[in-house]
Amino acid sequence: MLIKKPADIRYSEVTPQSVYMDRRKFLAAVPAAFLAGRELFSPSARALAGTKLTGVVKSQYTVDETINSYKDVTTYNNFYEFGTDKAQPAELAKNFKTNPWTVSVEGNVEKPRKFSIDEILKLAPLEQRIYRHRCVEAWSIVVPWIGYSLSNILKQVQPTSKARFVAFETYYDRRQMPTADYGGLPWPYVEGLRLDEAMHPLAMLTVGMYDEILPPQNGAPVRLNVPWKYGFKSIKSIVKIRLVGSMPPTTWNVANPQEYGFYSNVNPQVDNPRYSQATERRLGEFRKRPTLMFNGYADQVAQLYTGMDLRKFY
Amino acid sequence: MLRRRWTKAIVFLVCLVPLGWLGWRAWNDDLSANPIEFITRFTGDWTIRLIVATLAVTPLRKLLGLPGLIRFRRMIGLFAFFYGCLHFTTYLWLDKFFDLHEILKDVAKRPFITAGFTAFVLMIPLAATSTTGWIRRLGGKRWQLLHRLIYMSGIAGVVHYYWLVKSDIRLPALYGALVGILLIYRIAVWLRSWLARQQTDKRTAPAVS
Repeated sequence: MLIKKPADIRYSEVTPQSVYMDRRKFLAAVPAAFLAGRELFSPSARALAGTKLTGVVKSQYTVDETINSYKDVTTYNNFYEFGTDKAQPAELAKNFKTNPWTVSVEGNVEKPRKFSIDEILKLAPLEQRIYRHRCVEAWSIVVPWIGYSLSNILKQVQPTSKARFVAFETYYDRRQMPTADYGGLPWPYVEGLRLDEAMHPLAMLTVGMYDEILPPQNGAPVRLNVPWKYGFKSIKSIVKIRLVGSMPPTTWNVANPQEYGFYSNVNPQVDNPRYSQATERRLGEFRKRPTLMFNGYADQVAQLYTGMDLRKFY
Repeated sequence: MLRRRWTKAIVFLVCLVPLGWLGWRAWNDDLSANPIEFITRFTGDWTIRLIVATLAVTPLRKLLGLPGLIRFRRMIGLFAFFYGCLHFTTYLWLDKFFDLHEILKDVAKRPFITAGFTAFVLMIPLAATSTTGWIRRLGGKRWQLLHRLIYMSGIAGVVHYYWLVKSDIRLPALYGALVGILLIYRIAVWLRSWLARQQTDKRTAPAVS
């Protein structure tokens, strides 16, 4: 696969017609373009983020909904290692080093091994999948992710019969994440899935979005997307994937077990003590919209939970 | 200098700066990807800040030796109420779109909303009785007693904030500490005058033989 260098103009920087036609916004875009141009000469522009991904194929796992703007998706982030304010990660993760990068896949597997990010990019054909992403804070976005089913990498290491869960771990480096201490969470960030959830084709290992490599604030260089679960399950900047025999600890569940369960499936009927989960605000929309069971993926994933009391296993 | 008429106008304008800033950011389409949340946070932040400011007036008068500061207390308090109204209206209108059923459910079920609602409701009688006429009608003592509700409102506001944040508690802790210090200051002053009264009572009381 060919990775072009970022000298190419980003698709996201091409002025859309609606902006071109709207003078006031266009005038605002001029300084923005100036800043973006300036960015090209700064060290962060030399990072991989923003590099176009080529050879991406369309996927059947896509929803037919309006995609959120690149700006919304890259300036409104929960990545507590880089600050708890939603605007902070875009700023504080700017120089996050994501190359070289390795992901260790280990535990109850026949062939444990480390994958470099280049190997991950070539492991399976890259697909563009437009997924709904629903945060537990009752907002949602629609994003064209690039990646492939998580099962691809899991199959490579051949899980043994003892493997029943998959534990994930985010990279943690205090020097690169000096604001992490204020996050109030134990680091590194960890997440987990049941093995059958992880093997479900919708569970996605993501390396890009729109048509580019992931920006740091969105979990570069490799993250998870589990679209039927609340966003915090979709762990970012993964360095370790471990197949284990029992339910692994997950960061938010450890921090506040009453509010965040291990499963954390999107469920409009089970409220979080803080937020009603019945509705959500799609970024860019004024009125709230009803939240769908399993975030609208019930047809594909409901059978994973047959016979389970979803109020108890929230 | 604090007694000059124009100083009040300055404080008035300063209290309007946050609103102006919010308007400016709205005009420039700079309210983040989630403008309703941004406006809610912004107006809420300024409500608690101004509650702390109004509570700080009396201690600052004493500490700085500027008794004239009292002239601004009512205005600052009313501005706290003003931003509280904006905060509540944002929730009512932009967030819930006047869905009364949803709002009642929220107030009853979500502890942080219950606390915030309490903080807001407690400010209403204070704003309503803020005029000189009402001080006269109630009498200084009773008026003062009623207006101690601002402490309850401040505490409820801090609890509201604390219950809202997920894990980074720095800001609610900061406002909690400020309200706490100001409250302890009042209690200390009250205790001292109470002790002084006891002393004089003892001295003036006839000796028991």
